[in-house]
Amino acid sequence: MIFSAIIPQPLARLPWRLIFLVAGIAGIGIITLYSAAGGSSQPWALKQGLTILFFMTLAVGMSWIREETIRALVFPAYGAIVLMLIAVDAMGFVGKGAQRWLDLGFIRLQPSEFMKPAIVLVLARFYELLPAGSIRQWRAIWPAALMIGVPWFLILVQPDLGTATMVLLSGLTVMFLAGLPMWLFLGGAGLVAAALPIVYAMMHEYQRKRVLIFLDPESDPLGAGYHITQSKIAIGSGGIWGKGYLQGSQSHLDYLPEGHTDFVFATMVEEWGLVGGVLLILAFGLVVRWGMKVAANCRTRFGQLSAAGLTVTIFFYVTINLMMVMGLAPVVGVPLPLVSWGGSAVMTIMICLGILMALERQQRTRNTLT
Amino acid sequence: MRLTAAHQSLAFSRRMLLVGGAQVALGGLLIGRLAYLSVSQNEHYRLLAEDNRVQLIIVPPRRGWIVDRNNRPIAINRSDFRIDLIPEQVEDPKRTLQVLAKLLDLGADEVDRIIREMKAARGYKPVQVAENVPYERYAAVTVRLPELPGVQPMRGFSRFYPAGPAVGHLVGYVGAASAAEYEKEKNPLLITPGFKIGKEGLEETLEQRLRGTPGGQRVELTARGKLVRELEPKPDRSGATVKLAIDAQLQEFAARRLGEESGSCVILDCLTGDILAMVSMPAYDPNSFSDGIGRTEWRMLSEDPRKPLLNKVLNSLYPPGSTIKPMGAMALQLHGVDPTERVFCPGGYRLGNRFFRCLGRHGSVDMRRAIAKSCNTYFYSMGHRIGYDRIAPMARTLGLGQKFDLPVVSQSFGTVPDSAWKARRFKDSPRLIERPDWTASDTLNASIGQGFLIVNPLQLAVMAGRIASGRDIQPRLLGAHREPAPLIGLDPKHLETVRGGMWEVVNGDGTAGASRLPLDGIEMCGKTGTAQVRRIAGGQRGQSGDWRYRDHGLFVFFAPFANPRYAGAVVIEHGLGGARAAAPVAKDVLTFLYDRDKAMASLSALEQQWGGTLAERTARRGQAIEAAAAAAARSA
Repeated sequence: MIFSAIIPQPLARLPWRLIFLVAGIAGIGIITLYSAAGGSSQPWALKQGLTILFFMTLAVGMSWIREETIRALVFPAYGAIVLMLIAVDAMGFVGKGAQRWLDLGFIRLQPSEFMKPAIVLVLARFYELLPAGSIRQWRAIWPAALMIGVPWFLILVQPDLGTATMVLLSGLTVMFLAGLPMWLFLGGAGLVAAALPIVYAMMHEYQRKRVLIFLDPESDPLGAGYHITQSKIAIGSGGIWGKGYLQGSQSHLDYLPEGHTDFVFATMVEEWGLVGGVLLILAFGLVVRWGMKVAANCRTRFGQLSAAGLTVTIFFYVTINLMMVMGLAPVVGVPLPLVSWGGSAVMTIMICLGILMALERQQRTRNTLT
Repeated sequence: MRLTAAHQSLAFSRRMLLVGGAQVALGGLLIGRLAYLSVSQNEHYRLLAEDNRVQLIIVPPRRGWIVDRNNRPIAINRSDFRIDLIPEQVEDPKRTLQVLAKLLDLGADEVDRIIREMKAARGYKPVQVAENVPYERYAAVTVRLPELPGVQPMRGFSRFYPAGPAVGHLVGYVGAASAAEYEKEKNPLLITPGFKIGKEGLEETLEQRLRGTPGGQRVELTARGKLVRELEPKPDRSGATVKLAIDAQLQEFAARRLGEESGSCVILDCLTGDILAMVSMPAYDPNSFSDGIGRTEWRMLSEDPRKPLLNKVLNSLYPPGSTIKPMGAMALQLHGVDPTERVFCPGGYRLGNRFFRCLGRHGSVDMRRAIAKSCNTYFYSMGHRIGYDRIAPMARTLGLGQKFDLPVVSQSFGTVPDSAWKARRFKDSPRLIERPDWTASDTLNASIGQGFLIVNPLQLAVMAGRIASGRDIQPRLLGAHREPAPLIGLDPKHLETVRGGMWEVVNGDGTAGASRLPLDGIEMCGKTGTAQVRRIAGGQRGQSGDWRYRDHGLFVFFAPFANPRYAGAVVIEHGLGGARAAAPVAKDVLTFLYDRDKAMASLSALEQQWGGTLAERTARRGQAIEAAAAAAARSA
């Protein structure tokens, strides 16, 4: 390659295809945020660009971390995050209100965000340590169930149904990939279906309302069903080619609520149409495919399971948000990573990508050594 | 089986395939859903987005005109000034209202209403401050507009009826829609400031034709109701003009000629059935109703013993008295009575031990003379001979008891009694005199238009018209027609006899000899009638005493005798008698159709006695009402 002669080797070895993909998605996000602000880089687009740049650099930096280092840090990190979750819940209990943040003075941390990659890594580590012969035994299940259940419950009572669901789904996917018996998942799915009414009874009033309105948004078009209804109008009215950049009436006239955060996809599709929406979905699809390839190429069990798990985390992030804005899932408050305004989701995704890049780098370096 | 690391790796690959497959499936679902929403549902959602974005500030359409058969205006629109307020744009509501209240002289009630409506208003919907604003006040608001953001001076339209009370009962009036009317139709136009709907008469029944389609300023609004920009305005379409069969000048003349009497007058084209005039007096002034009627005026109208709120043409029922004798004569001939057969009138008719009185001793009379002199004895004896069940069908053929197909709010159609009707009506009556079986004295009473028989003035006019032309005319209010109605199928010889009798009533030595038309070659034919208001008690026959107990005077007529063209009926409540009160009105109204100057001359002489023309008297009444309202406000 000509480039390898000019560009220093450490730079040339970066997974540029992934970096371009991520930059492309982030670019779509920034352009959309510029439009959502009524054609202004303030207050969102510029700040979002800087946030993404910062975390992207961080992720690239993470790619030099060795697998052994990650392995060693998994359990302590998981323990620390669970402790932070308990602290958040306790503060919320004292303050008698919803609490998701841990204010450390100079920075506000949202521990539930860290839990998304952490749950994947800790389960991957657990199944790596578990002897191969024990995978069909009881001891392959209960520690993992506990490791998922504790943070899931702590996040659920914050209350943050969206994050709790994602932690649960990522954890279950790792368990599935680890090779636990199939009947466990099929039976579990059956049990969940049977238990749905009980869960519904335990839900918060606002969550229950969201579920009901998800099932029939037109029942309350001006009230709580407003989000879904307006989001569908924005997406549906865009047509194939969209209304044109900065021409979206739903977002510009404030009919679409949360058009720069959770419903940013509706803002984007209104202006760019089916074509823009499909392009964005395909870009995310390529990111996920890259991650799954990394997982498939890993030699170690920890590498396989964590790479697959982190990819699935990204996948769920995107899928739950898109299902939500298109009226296929209840409104649970999951943003579209790299596109929605806000730093938390960017940070989570970049942590996942950083670890994935680290795993990928080690595959290549070993390849070149052999 | 022992599971090894190799097994595990194989299991991982298999499961990865499953997870990958699920991811592709979900991705496909997302793209499919996106395509469904933006391609196949695109039309639907584009409309919804447009609904969100664009709102219409409704401008009420101009109401269609109502014109007479010669295109003379009956109900038109007059432009007026109004002041509206757009709450969204008002910066300092309190000060704005203070200024407006002073400039427009608004009462405390009005200010309260405006504050209430401003609080309830959503988005860009205007609130009415005042309508019918005099030009000086309108100008005073206009010059201060720069300091009153949100205040909107507008040109509006108010309904105007040039003939005032003369057309009150005919066309009704308009007013702002009530809450109940809005609930029924759910049309946002109804609650638009300045929009009026028909409340009575033709204005109500022709509402959909007169209303038109609203237009307005299309604006782009944000979700919070802020104006972004104004778009292309949508033009309104005014309501259709409706042409009536009415002759507006005749209508007004008839209304003026009725003067201070409580009564009604109907004139038909007896060939086509077109209603040329349909007047009930006294009447309310629809102009003052359309501006919103005051409490005092309403009370005065509803307490007036002459019932100005009642349309006496359609909703008052009277015993027709002798006016139905021509109809009776038609029935008698149909059932074999020879018109030349004579009956001796000794001043009454004996039935068993009861004596039914006639108004005079007419001696020996044939059918023609019996009609001319209105001899009860003749109709008692002949009616008794053929029985009332043979007379009732003729009454119905000639329009009595009939409900006509007319665009009116309500019509009372009365009763044409016969034995079947009486059996039904008094089936369970325990009283001896109201037995379910038809008696000979029922026949006698009905034969002279008393007893159970009650009709409305329009039916009397139709009866006269059908006798005059021999055609099955149906009264019509809408449009001017030329085609004569089909023949009704009555023997022309029978009709000739009856018309002859009716000619003699006016032009011979009959009961209405004083009402001959003052015209050469045009003769009016008619029949007088007197309807008892209460039973004859003692010596009093309803010919004197308290106004409320005096007899009603009725007159049915047609003209000209040689070639009938017009027919009609006049009823004067408590007018003592048909010849005395009703026939002179008919005479003048028919004269007006042929010689306007002559008719106007006789009218002005009468109006001088009554204290001015109808317009002058209406204006004076309006002032009296205003004074009474002011007095009521002071004492309250």
